[in-house]
This record gives sequence, C-alpha cells and structure tokens, in this order.
Amino acid sequence: MTPVTRRRTPEELLLQVQAEEAQDSRGRLKIFLGYASGVGKSFRMLDEGRRRAERGQDVAVGAIQLPATQDVEELLKKLEVIPLRTMDGARVMDVPAILKRQPRVCLVDGLAWDNPSGSMNPSRWQDVRQLLDAGIAVIASINIQYIAELQGQVERITGKHVTQTVPQSFLYGTDEIVVVDAPPEMCFGHSGQGVAGDPTRLAHQLSELREIALLFAADVVDHQLETYLKQNGVAASYGTQERILVCITPRTSAKAMIESGKRNAERFHGELIAAHVRQGRLDDQAKAALDRNLQMAREAGAHVEILEGDDPIEAILEFARERGITQIFMGHGLDTQWWHRWTGGPVGRLIRGAQGIDVRVFPQ
Amino acid sequence: MTPPAPGKLKIYLGYAAGVGKTYQMLTDAQDLHRQGHDIVIGYFEPHGRADTIAKTEGLEIIPRRKVEYRGAVFEEMDTDAILARRPEICVVDEFPHTNVPGSARIKRWEDVTVLLEAGIGVLTTMNIQHLESLNDQVWQISGVRVRETIPDWVVKQAEQVVMVDVTPGALVNRLLRGVVYSQEKSKKALENFFQESTLGALRELAMRQTAHESESHHVESDIAESDRNAAISHGTALETEPVVAPTDRFERILILVTADPSSAMVIRRAKRVADYLHADCMAVAIQRPTGGNKVAAGEREAIERHLNFARNLHIDARLLDAESAGDDPAKALVEFARVNGVTQLFLARPRGTGLKGMLQASIEQRIVWLSRDMQVTIVADRTRCA
Repeated sequence: MTPVTRRRTPEELLLQVQAEEAQDSRGRLKIFLGYASGVGKSFRMLDEGRRRAERGQDVAVGAIQLPATQDVEELLKKLEVIPLRTMDGARVMDVPAILKRQPRVCLVDGLAWDNPSGSMNPSRWQDVRQLLDAGIAVIASINIQYIAELQGQVERITGKHVTQTVPQSFLYGTDEIVVVDAPPEMCFGHSGQGVAGDPTRLAHQLSELREIALLFAADVVDHQLETYLKQNGVAASYGTQERILVCITPRTSAKAMIESGKRNAERFHGELIAAHVRQGRLDDQAKAALDRNLQMAREAGAHVEILEGDDPIEAILEFARERGITQIFMGHGLDTQWWHRWTGGPVGRLIRGAQGIDVRVFPQ
Repeated sequence: MTPPAPGKLKIYLGYAAGVGKTYQMLTDAQDLHRQGHDIVIGYFEPHGRADTIAKTEGLEIIPRRKVEYRGAVFEEMDTDAILARRPEICVVDEFPHTNVPGSARIKRWEDVTVLLEAGIGVLTTMNIQHLESLNDQVWQISGVRVRETIPDWVVKQAEQVVMVDVTPGALVNRLLRGVVYSQEKSKKALENFFQESTLGALRELAMRQTAHESESHHVESDIAESDRNAAISHGTALETEPVVAPTDRFERILILVTADPSSAMVIRRAKRVADYLHADCMAVAIQRPTGGNKVAAGEREAIERHLNFARNLHIDARLLDAESAGDDPAKALVEFARVNGVTQLFLARPRGTGLKGMLQASIEQRIVWLSRDMQVTIVADRTRCA
C-alpha cells in the first residue's frame, strides 16, 4: 500500500521526539553481521573505516580481534589504533583512552568479549554503549553465534557452546545493520572455523548458519522499518514479512487451521497470530471449547489476542490492518441460511473487506 | 559424445541499482582469475562507474554483438562467440535484461541457460524486484511495475545466491554524493524519506529470499540424504520411494485462471506459496460454450495468455470443459479438484461491487460454498491505493 501521511497520534509524536533527541546526542551504531568467522566481517568494518577516514572523518580503531588476517593487517596500517590495555592479565578495550581521544567514529571488533571482573562494564557491548552515549559513532562487527537469543539455534548446528553473548535487544537498537554474506564455499580453508568433519557436512552447517543470519537481519530491518514508519505517521504495510492470523471461535475445528498456520509461518519464517473476538456470554461447554482452541494455538507458538467488538468481522479486519497481517485463516461458518448463498455470509463479508490481505477459508 | 556437465550458476542479488552487485561479482571474478580459472567477461554494464570499470582490468572481454533494430544499433551479449571461446566461467551482468527484437533469444537468462548447458559456469547479477513471484508486492511497495522479470525456477537453478548488502542510508548517500542539492531541500528530503522506506522494504525482501534459496538448497540435500539412507537401510537400490516428510506431499494447490487480469496476481501468489510449502501446483481455466461471439473470443485469448504465463512458471496448466458438469463452472472446478486430490484452491477476489456484488452470488462464492472439503484462498488485490 502506498504510504499515506496522516495526523500522528501523540504516542507517535513522542516516539519521534524521543528518537530525534537520542539521535542528536548519541553516536550512531552500525553493525556488520556475519554467520561464521572468515566471511570478512572485520575486513568490511575496517574497510568502511578506511573509506570514511579518506573522506576526512576522524576515525580510530578501538578494538580488533587478533590474530588478524593479512588483508586486515594491511587495513590496520592505514588507521589510527587506540591500543588495548591490560587488566588482570586480560586485554580490554581502553574506554577511558577512547573517551579522552573522542574520535568521531570508533571501530570495535568482538562485541561479546567479557571484561575482567572489576571493570566498569561487564562486557564490551556495554563499553560500546558508553561510547555511543558519549556521542561517538561506533562501527562494530559480530558473529551470530554470540547473539544470546540465537544461541540455542546455533548450538544445535555447531554443537559448540559459547559463554559470552550480546542480547538481541542491543542489535535491534542499531541504526544500521549490514549482512556480510559470502557463500559457504568462501569460508573453506579458513582456519578458526572450528567445525571439524567432512566438507559436505561443513558446507551444510555453514549454509544453515547463513540462513539464520539473513533472517535475523531481515527481522531487524523489519523492526526498523516499522519504527520508522510509525515515527513518521505513515500508515503502510509492506507485507515483507508474512503474518498469519488464525480466527478462533468456540465452534471452529481449530486444529487444522492452527497446524496449517504453524507450518505456513515456519516455511515463510513469518509470524503466527491467533485471535478471538469476544461476543456476549458463552455457555460452559463453548467456553471450554474456546479455551482448548486458544491453548492449542499457544502451544503452536502463536501469539494469542482477544479482541473486543460488536461486529466480529470488523474487529478482525481492523486488527489485521493494524498488525500488517498478510493472510487471514478463517473457518467456514456453520450457518446455512439460504441468503448466505448469495451474500456469502460472514466469510463473504470478510473476503470483501480484506483489502490487500489473502483470506484462506478452511473446511469445518 | 556425452554432453558436458551443466555449468554452475551464481547470482549476486541486490535490492537496487548501486548496491555494488557488479563490483562484488568482478571482485570475485578477479579472485577466480588469480586462482587460475579460465574466466571471461561475456557482458558488462559499466554505468560510467570508474571503480567498477577498474575491476575488469586484466580480464578477457568477449566483444558484444551489434544488432540493428529500426535504424538504431544496439549491443547485446554475443552468446555464439562465448560458446566458441568456451571459457570455464563467464561473467554476465544484468540477468533480467530483455534482448533487442531479432536476437536469437528473447531474454538474457535464456542466453545464460544456453551457456550453462554448454558446461560454462556463469556469474550474474539481479535485483530482488525482478523476481516474478514478487512482482505485485514490489509494485505495492515501490509503485513500479517491473516488466523484466525472471521466473522463480530459473533463480532456483542457481548453485549459489549471494546477497550484496548495503544499508539504504549508505545507498542514498552514494547516489547523492556529488549531486548538487536543489533549493527545495526539504521537498527532496521528503522524497528521500519515502525512498528510504521503500529501499528498506525491498532490502528485507532480498534478505528473506536469499535465506529461502539457501534453505531450499539444504532441504533438498536433506531429502537426497534421507533417500540415500533409506536405500542403505533397505539394502536396495535407489528405486525406493523418495523419503519426504509426509506432510510435504499432502499439499496440492489448484489455481483458477480466468480472463480477468487479476489471474496473473493469483498465479504468482499461489506459485510462491506452493514453492514455500513444497507443494504441487496446477492451474485450470473453465471453458464455457461460446457460440462464437466476439466477447467470448477475446476472453478465450486472455485465458490462453494466462495459461501460458502459468506454464512459463512451470505450473501444469490446462483448459477444462464445463459441459461435463452441466455448464456449472464452479462445480466443474471443484469436481476437478476432488478428482486430482487438491488440498487448496486459489482464486481471485470477486469483482462485483455495489448492489450487484451484494446480491449476486459470484462464481467465487459458489466455489467457497461447494468446496467444503478443501481450503480456499482468496488472493488479495495487491494494489496501491492513493
């Protein structure tokens, strides 16, 4: 749908004001996201630093992972490096030195690095937050295996457990995220991969990790897009991510719908939402059936919403528009009144009202 | 003589001009050249970008073929010359390009197919907006109806799809750098604001598509592996039934094709859903007895066009006679679906609006009514409302 500028709600104005204020004083954060070591995250990060420095920006390197590859070493020669300092025998980013030096842009590798106890911040990503708060822009790089919420998924693939992580919310708060995508083959022969075994299996694992990285980045972009549109009072849904809404009533045989919704959401890497529109009082039997259906939806991983509204079809449509739903799953009504053959009944109304949204009608 | 093993295809996928697809492709080409591969440039679009042009240095370029059309001279990739030169790998920019009329093949991707079949590996570039199944969504997002599209199955043949990513902000900066600002700075900023959100949406689509291509690769290799394992455990040859998760085989999608232009939208959407669900996909149009009037002839032509469009997307598409079902098209469709084990029907939204739409049962409503044993998806009009 075309973005339509409309009057902004107070909440949206507040969001914008907050965002603008934060923008003014805070440094911008840009992150290069990789799916394995060897895809070239550090190189891309330093290369951007080099280009910015050549354009006259004040750039300094805050932290870099060692040992570096040869091309990374070459880049480092062209940049000012603020050396790490040693604390309790551990090498940590020298935050006080960076704050004192106050570059416009600081390059930081190894975001998940833990600082030794007694440091101002437990982890390096919190050091970065401190730099951002001080108005220094940061360009950083991270491997998906260090994102806390992705750990389970990544561990299942690599069989390796990492203890140092960065919370997902920190990455959602970035101003810019870039995927460093190289096909799995590019990573062959690179040391430090750590996934032993035959090349086919390795390629397979890498491609799974790559997929996780791409989808994570897509989610971050989706989140940013939504925030951006909201801040600017644009009522638009681009349908870039599939969002499936399953309509639940006490009467629907919800099982087929929920199962199908779950499968569709999984295949599209989309979102599954189940909604019920509360209407009047239900007898005990209907209530029990409804609870069963809603529980089933929850177990399938659906986000469950109870909606209010005198007109259930209108309530569903309004919710769907607001949430950027791309597909509505609905059960075929049991009502067999003759006039519904002509008007289509509630299903017909939903179909006519669902502008820009697919409607899937399920047999009952 | 046995034909050569088909060459491998690698696609550099972007979301807009200027993200650096060609640059990345040529960087890789230089690497491959250095590693000793026999690589040539079959087609390259310089767009006047100095740093990209510099990346072609040292690489052999196959001269373009000059084609005259309506008094003007156009330059196209010389597929025959590449075949004669027979390199190991060939760089072909702008995968979705349409050749000038009079060329041997209509689309560049068809030329690429010829190269691949001859055993030549190909590196090529494209933007997400050229993927056929996303055509309506791209229109919805950007307001641009992309004409040069590539069927999804062609992209699916790629050995690798790599996403070339920059942020929309960096891209807009790239475009603006060196460009003189007009006085109407604010107006321009507003335009850019919309532009940036459009770019963001396209970028997200490209990321999801790249993930999907990567996934379908290892899903397929999983299936192949389970086939192998099944063969081993049964101690039999590979003639055993392919082992596929049973739920995957359950889905069969049937598209109702009509003369209405919305058919293209329904076909694209249904095929996309089918691809994601690993479902079968068929399409039928219902032929009504015409009596040879003119309107019916035009309708028939449109239907034939839509069926051909479906076939180009590798959908089994046919024309069905309604007479068998007593001239009831809805009934004919539903019966065909039942006989063929269809689990999902895909239809366009009913057209009738106003009083007529309210009072008259459309064929779509009749289908929903009749097909109470299968899922029916009414595909949305992905239109841009001003």
